[in-house]
Amino acid sequence: MSRIVLVTGVAGSFAALVARRLADLGEDAGIGKVVGIDTILPDGDLGGVKFVRADIRTPVVGKVIAVEDVDTVVHLDVNPPQRGRAGGKELNVIGTMQLLAACQRSSTVGKLVLGSSAAVYGSSPRDPAMFKESLLARSGVRSGFPKDIVEVESYARGFSRRRPDVIITTIRAAQVLHPQIDTPLRNYFTNPILPSVLGFDPRLQFLALDDALEIFAQSVVHDRPGTFNAAGDGVVMLSQAARRLGKPLLPLPPFGFAAAARRLVRAMGSDIPPDLHRLLTFGRAVDTSALREIFGFELTRTSEQTFEDFRRSVRPGLMAVLGGRT
Amino acid sequence: MKDERTTIGSGGTPGRGNRQTSPSAAARSLATGSPVKRSAAKPKKAAPPTPPPVTPPDGKKPRLRAVTDEDTAAAAAAEEAARSARTASPEPQSGGIPIDEILVAVVQAAQRVLGSDWESRVATLLATVRKRLSGVYEIDEFGFDPEIAAVLNAAVEPIAEKWFRLEVRGVENIPEEGGALLVANHSGTVPLDGLITGYAVKKYAGRDLRLLGADLVFSLPGVGQVARKVGATLACQEDAERLLTGGELAGVWPEGFKGIGKPFAERYKLQRFGRGGFVSAAMRAQVPIVPVSIVGAEEIYPLVGNVPSLARLLGLPYLPITPFFPLLGPLGLIPLPSKWIIEFGEPVRTDAYEPDAADDPMLLFNVTDQVRETIQQTLYELLVDRGNAFF
Repeated sequence: MSRIVLVTGVAGSFAALVARRLADLGEDAGIGKVVGIDTILPDGDLGGVKFVRADIRTPVVGKVIAVEDVDTVVHLDVNPPQRGRAGGKELNVIGTMQLLAACQRSSTVGKLVLGSSAAVYGSSPRDPAMFKESLLARSGVRSGFPKDIVEVESYARGFSRRRPDVIITTIRAAQVLHPQIDTPLRNYFTNPILPSVLGFDPRLQFLALDDALEIFAQSVVHDRPGTFNAAGDGVVMLSQAARRLGKPLLPLPPFGFAAAARRLVRAMGSDIPPDLHRLLTFGRAVDTSALREIFGFELTRTSEQTFEDFRRSVRPGLMAVLGGRT
Repeated sequence: MKDERTTIGSGGTPGRGNRQTSPSAAARSLATGSPVKRSAAKPKKAAPPTPPPVTPPDGKKPRLRAVTDEDTAAAAAAEEAARSARTASPEPQSGGIPIDEILVAVVQAAQRVLGSDWESRVATLLATVRKRLSGVYEIDEFGFDPEIAAVLNAAVEPIAEKWFRLEVRGVENIPEEGGALLVANHSGTVPLDGLITGYAVKKYAGRDLRLLGADLVFSLPGVGQVARKVGATLACQEDAERLLTGGELAGVWPEGFKGIGKPFAERYKLQRFGRGGFVSAAMRAQVPIVPVSIVGAEEIYPLVGNVPSLARLLGLPYLPITPFFPLLGPLGLIPLPSKWIIEFGEPVRTDAYEPDAADDPMLLFNVTDQVRETIQQTLYELLVDRGNAFF
């Protein structure tokens, strides 16, 4: 029996790639059909993915699941909103609610893969150095995207309670750093000047695109119930990252940093979500031993290597000559 | 009228003099050459020792004073003088910028500061700066940056050795390899004892001490940033276990703010040792606990008062008043030069217990008390040994 996979949010750059990867795996990996769903048309070519234009915030998604006989749901593109806070929350939280409600009704759905985020751990000075899957956020999940993602995960837990027969894989991924993938940190690092918080140097982790795609493909093809952190090994300090890029850091006072940084980044023609400032203040790192030992996936790139790959693809910054890296 | 004209003009010859007086030295050197004046100038010239004073050839006007032969001669003389390490003799000074002299001085200064192999040292320094600027250096997952830690240790060394006259005992009790938990008494209003202990462990045992700090440390701008880079991390079960199982040397001050912010009158009286979390972390990781007794930190900032209301407003655990602090302003921030003794006690082994024993609260309390008593007794002994706190 080959799987019929539903991928949400395929208009997003990362979800589109996951959907394509699944479609490319095809029958050999036991994937019969991949259905992509989103409210807007995808930019790129989706390949063998069947695209359905529907809004997961409405009960229509239940009909899509019933019509296509979907048995595996990959819920992706739970992303920090780029445009306005309210819209993002609607999509992330209400969309997840509706989707899970439809899954609960469906008799065919047997697997849910949730593309969560390491943001679920929040970011605060009381954080342990490395978050394990069993730890809860200490602080920093009161608002914005981290709050959304915590709610999304709590709905997924509720769903698992009501449908214990469904295999649920939750991937808490660090931000993918790749020039083609639209993530907040990529947008941040493409600026010529990087606003930073005065007196703080956060530890950051990145996930390589290939690793991320492979993790999602494996969770669809194999049964890997549980929650897993996914991030490249090791950490990169923000100061180190800026020096590698050859871009100057602009330290701004912590008080009012969020607004000032956002204004500055917008002036440079880019945008960052307002809740990135906590990550840029305290940083965050996750422990990936569960991914290695229980999930059975060996990450191929460390955070540092992922960052190096990214650095090679962007133009060297203003101060690149100082470090002799042009 | 005639007088005025002679002072302003000079009949076609350069220089300010009139025809009655001889032209100035500057005028003479500018002159393209009238043989009468040169001959007049020659005997007047201060004689530089070895080479004959060669004047520029006629018709060729020297533009830069520094490249004339006079100067090279003077520089050579200066170099010779420097080489023979004599004190400056009243050599005649020549005008212009003595580039060569400056070069010689720089080289000599470099030799004096950095030793005879200064060239390789400067090259290493430049390579390090370049490496730091390019961002290609290794840090571990806690954010520990060994290069920054080395810089900090070098900065702490004079403070520890000269100002606090640090004496270290029982270095052999620090394991040479493998994980161990150093547990110490906390005191001194400002946690300098952590810094000094870290320095002592690095200097005498050659290992990096990974400090476990309060969350306040990581929420303060600047402090938190540096703390992570020199190897500190949050004092919590997860981080302690991670460090210890990774074979690192972790240092913890379980008294916390109760110990560091206690009044001067209660000095060297140990407070409650937290909730015994450090013992359970050591037991789970099966590493020994090394009791560390620090004498001297209590006297650096004698805490005689506290402003709890203002402290609460600022989000601090206490706001200290010392005999000098608000009174003398920034001068009051200089720690008093007390004498320090750090003694590393005999390790308390935890590998005799099962890792599950960490879930037995009674056992944890017993081991906690044992460590606490050891430190308290050692403190009394060290206090007797030390005598006066300052002299």
